[in-house]
Amino acid sequence: MKIIKTPLKKKDISRLKTGDEILLSGFIYTARDQAHKRLYEALKQGKNLPFDLQGAVIYYCGPTKTPKGKIIGSCGPTTSSRMDEFTPLLLRAGVRAMIGKGGRSKEVIGAIKKYKAVYFLTYSGCGALLSKYIKDNRCVAYKDLGPEAIYRLEVEDFPLIVGIDTNGRCVYKIL
Amino acid sequence: MRSISANTISSVVMRLCKEANLYLRNDVLSALKYAYLKETNKRAKAILMAIIENARIARLEELAICQDTGMPVVFVEIGQQVRIKGDLKSAINKGVKAGYQKGNLRNSVVTDPLSRGASKYIPAVIHIDFVKGDKLKLTVLPKGFGCENKSSLKMFKPTAGWFEIKKFIIQTVKDAGADACPPYIVGVGIGGTADYATFLAKKALLRKLNAKPYTLYAKLESNLLKEINKLNIGPMGLGGRTTALAVNIEAYPTHIAGLPVAVNISCHALRSAALVL
Repeated sequence: MKIIKTPLKKKDISRLKTGDEILLSGFIYTARDQAHKRLYEALKQGKNLPFDLQGAVIYYCGPTKTPKGKIIGSCGPTTSSRMDEFTPLLLRAGVRAMIGKGGRSKEVIGAIKKYKAVYFLTYSGCGALLSKYIKDNRCVAYKDLGPEAIYRLEVEDFPLIVGIDTNGRCVYKIL
Repeated sequence: MRSISANTISSVVMRLCKEANLYLRNDVLSALKYAYLKETNKRAKAILMAIIENARIARLEELAICQDTGMPVVFVEIGQQVRIKGDLKSAINKGVKAGYQKGNLRNSVVTDPLSRGASKYIPAVIHIDFVKGDKLKLTVLPKGFGCENKSSLKMFKPTAGWFEIKKFIIQTVKDAGADACPPYIVGVGIGGTADYATFLAKKALLRKLNAKPYTLYAKLESNLLKEINKLNIGPMGLGGRTTALAVNIEAYPTHIAGLPVAVNISCHALRSAALVL
């Protein structure tokens, strides 16, 4: 088990190998389909972004409404491949890590290698369990998107498995 | 005639939405525990344990089992001697909305498939069937789209054999791979028309995982399950013998010229709740 903290430095992630189990602490940003579309378009048009992508960790997640007295609702990962077409540009803009579930396209794997980023998996279909690792939750952009808005989550020992490492090795191909 | 009011229907649907999304079905939980005992891959075992723990936390803390609380699908079986006082469909949608709001469930429904629009709780997809008697059965199945996106339909030739059909079903599971939250529950609809086969595939997910009511199909189901569990997809797609927890097949007579087969995959969080009024 390796422990890492945000902001992720290049040397932190270059030592991670596909299949490694990780505990992540620090800040991560949720973004799924519609938020990706907006970030992508903003980047293409050279507009300002709602948060700094440099070294950012993006979590493909759209949580349920936060119940009274809790920090967040259920918050597991959604299928990563739907974000594939937007991912290379986000990686070029500085995103350093992504958290989701399932496989990625060849283009994404190529971009991960090129920009020395990392793709993590976390327990899929376990949104109630994962909510226990979240210490703070605030909406930072696109509030109108509801569950698809961007939330900044503070996580502590969030459980991850390296799905694709900086060398582009994919966990599903080495089983 | 027996009268049932729209208000009663709304409040039952409301309860069922919460129940389905917060409390994992007992048959699914038992299948997960059984799979945990039989699994030999260390990582797969640990993931199955996390899934079981997730269900425990969800129940205890009244949190949704999964953040994708689905497109709500409601099955209605109306006895012919039942008279509904009020509008049935609006009563169901009113219940769904209230249940999702009170249960802090996610608004995952967009009003138009192309222009999308803001996320809402409703409308639900509603299937209505008339049956004998004076009872009314309501079933809520919140269907997440990670797995719904992996559904498939194939119109086989009437001369196709089981071997070809089996290949198609297994290929659908392979294509779902790690994406749709394995271990899966595989719903299969065979026969009828294109639309009816897909309906049956979805309906098959409502049947208890250990219930095997059709002798002929029970054999095919257990054979398919064995083959699927040789794929080494495993929990989270990271390997292991637990790729599916069950295969449920529903069949119906079909046309001399055809043989429709539909597959509806469910993630491990197969959620549904029902009540007979």
